[in-house]
Amino acid sequence: MKKLLGITGLFIAIFAFTAYQQENFVSARNIENLLDRTGLLGILGVGAAFVIITGGIDLSIGSVVGLVGCLLPMFVIDQEMPVPLAIFLVMLISAGIGLAHGLLITKLKLQPFIVTLCGLLIYRGIGRFLTADQTMTFGEQHKGLREWATGNIDLPMLTASKGFSLPMPFLILFVLMIIGSIFLNKTVWGRYLLALGRNEQAARYSGIKTERLTILAYVICSTLAGFGGVLFMLDLNSVQPSSHGNFYELYAIAAAVLGGCSLRGGEGSIVGVVIGMGVLQVLKSASLFLEIPDQLEFTIIGSVILLGAIVDEVAKRVVHRMRQAKQHS
Amino acid sequence: MKYPLLEVRIVTKYFPGVVALKQVSLTLEKGEVLALIGENGAGKSTLMKILAGIQQPDLGKLFWNGKEANIDSVDAAMDLGIALIHQELNLADNLDIGSNIFLGREPRNKLGIINRRQILEESIKVLERVGLDFDPNTSLTRLSIGQQQLVEIAKALSMNAKILIMDEPTSSLSSKETARLFEVAKDLKQQGVSVIYISHRLGEVKELADRVVVFRDGQNSGELSKEEISHDRMVQLMVGRDVSRLYERTSHAPGEEVLKVTDLATPAFPGQKNSFSIRAGEIVGMAGLVGAGRTELLRVLFGVDDAVSGAIEVGGNPCHFHHPKDAIDAGMVLVPEDRKGQGLVIDWPLDMNGSLPGLDQHLKRKAFIDKKHEVQTAETMIGDLNIKTPNRKQILQFLSGGNQQKVVLGKWLALEPKILLLDEPTRGIDIGAKEEIYHLMDKLAAQGLAVLFVSSELEEIMGVSDRALVMHEGKITGELPRSELSEESLMQLATGQELAATH
Repeated sequence: MKKLLGITGLFIAIFAFTAYQQENFVSARNIENLLDRTGLLGILGVGAAFVIITGGIDLSIGSVVGLVGCLLPMFVIDQEMPVPLAIFLVMLISAGIGLAHGLLITKLKLQPFIVTLCGLLIYRGIGRFLTADQTMTFGEQHKGLREWATGNIDLPMLTASKGFSLPMPFLILFVLMIIGSIFLNKTVWGRYLLALGRNEQAARYSGIKTERLTILAYVICSTLAGFGGVLFMLDLNSVQPSSHGNFYELYAIAAAVLGGCSLRGGEGSIVGVVIGMGVLQVLKSASLFLEIPDQLEFTIIGSVILLGAIVDEVAKRVVHRMRQAKQHS
Repeated sequence: MKYPLLEVRIVTKYFPGVVALKQVSLTLEKGEVLALIGENGAGKSTLMKILAGIQQPDLGKLFWNGKEANIDSVDAAMDLGIALIHQELNLADNLDIGSNIFLGREPRNKLGIINRRQILEESIKVLERVGLDFDPNTSLTRLSIGQQQLVEIAKALSMNAKILIMDEPTSSLSSKETARLFEVAKDLKQQGVSVIYISHRLGEVKELADRVVVFRDGQNSGELSKEEISHDRMVQLMVGRDVSRLYERTSHAPGEEVLKVTDLATPAFPGQKNSFSIRAGEIVGMAGLVGAGRTELLRVLFGVDDAVSGAIEVGGNPCHFHHPKDAIDAGMVLVPEDRKGQGLVIDWPLDMNGSLPGLDQHLKRKAFIDKKHEVQTAETMIGDLNIKTPNRKQILQFLSGGNQQKVVLGKWLALEPKILLLDEPTRGIDIGAKEEIYHLMDKLAAQGLAVLFVSSELEEIMGVSDRALVMHEGKITGELPRSELSEESLMQLATGQELAATH
């Protein structure tokens, strides 16, 4: 809880500071953009959170986004598949990737880092090979679908007066956040996931089918990566197979960590991931508006995450010491 | 006037909110083996930390050979000659014996390069003193735990230790290694080295100690000279009351057979087939030496490992367990040996641990956690099992070992199992909690549960079991009804010998 308040405060601080410096930071256009980016990347972050909670990691998220960005136009345009079928197939492939990760990790006991790092390389290569590095685009086709998936929803009052409408990706993220949060905190499976991340052996000795659950986490992560990939493709409508999705996993993981997921596993908050992604995006936007050279963009983001991790660790020790003092009284 | 080597005089130590030591005193002579015993939390470790320079007393003084000593740092303690041998060994297993002995104080030549020859020479000398016949170049990993412990002692001796403080040294040793350790302790005595020996194993204390000092609740509770040392006296001083009721039992007639095992072989001992059965209302103890295959058997019964061959029947139905969940669904549960690693999620609160195995049986609307039931389970557990905790949200890490074990038991009892498997149920638990657990096992058997427990404490096997199975190198070598239980018969079967002809 405290952590969520902390990063919300951070978000507000960065937002307020930049708004004070640059008035047009608070324009409708800019906020829409912020919510749009947060939505798209946030979906990836939610997937990453599930895997991190089990104590694992997924470095292939960006490459799955890239691969989907290549396959979807290929299926729809080259193969002339009906759009729903193409989307279904692409999601199935993403889920399959997650299943493969999960099986390698649970049955062969390979380390998640290695498995997904190789995935990062392999899927990128496949995408590039299949498209011969050609830029993929829908062109002017399927405009309706594209607008529906990534356009904006008019909101009563706000749209009329301020010209602000809610980007669809953010709405999708919001719904995902609610579902994910309820799943993690209120359902039996979520509790099992937290137990398995905290102490896998003890979870198994309590009758929890840890292997199945771990595989499920990886399937969720890759499926959401695929889903995000579909939305990205529709949004950008121009995908470079060699670079589309690059570094997205880092954003996803960073948001998860900022939002309270410990890389050791066993704890995390889906709401935190969303707020965390918001912080990352507002930072990026702020650097732009404050005319900080964009070479420093990564430096700033990295520093903020590091600062967040330091504060978290120090706070944990202070709380631990306070608890111990209470024990002895 | 002759002074004792070490005197602790009216030492008091405070920690936030608690008085860990209240005006305790003790003396130690040269070449004496002094055993320090007491329940968990009695203050033994605190005093040892003070002697080792890790902590300082708030009141009171320490005397070395009659002169006041101010042990204000670990170095100061080492300079005097006080060495603390931890329960968890402080050795680097990627180095060899000699390097370990001189770790951190390697003799160097003028160029600053480590003088390997001196290390080898000096190491051989101290290794001889502890009777370890190894080349100092030997990698530490080639030594058993018992031998590694002797290296730690050699290390202390190479620093001219005059007092060795050993904290629960035998908890991970086989009985052969324990016997070796005792020989070394006796040798050291003759060499003029004193030993302070902390242990819960009162049998060992009786064998080894010249004198016993007992702590209770941070204070001196009494002292026993060699002639006065007896199990009952020690327990009485530790607990402050008469514990001859430790193994008090109700009589319970065994009922139907609930567990039948036929030709079962574990992956650890694939050639050894074992058959036995347990009836409802019975407490069966499983004795044997460390490594006899008892834990492995329990793991197969609980579905953690797959059996290599053989059959298991629960309640007359043949079962094939591939996962603990299968065993749990059949009504068989396990309290594992490793509380922190397998028995509990130690960073979690009591209520979440208590509900974990039963979550899927009490579902709210098919998938949601039934919070009310979780609270109920926790409160029932705290009440029925007399768990000492401020509330049900207490993180288990902050409970004592005995109370943690009760939570493990409680989470299973909430599922109303038919068969209770326990692996070393009272390891690392003080005597007060032990008594409670024995009474609990007795009560559960009286209620109709079948209880199978593994223990390395012969006294426990003899006190609690209706009958005992003994294992040796993967095979059950014999079965003894309660009337025939004795240390000799159990040990004989545990070491693979045939029982002597009955009288």
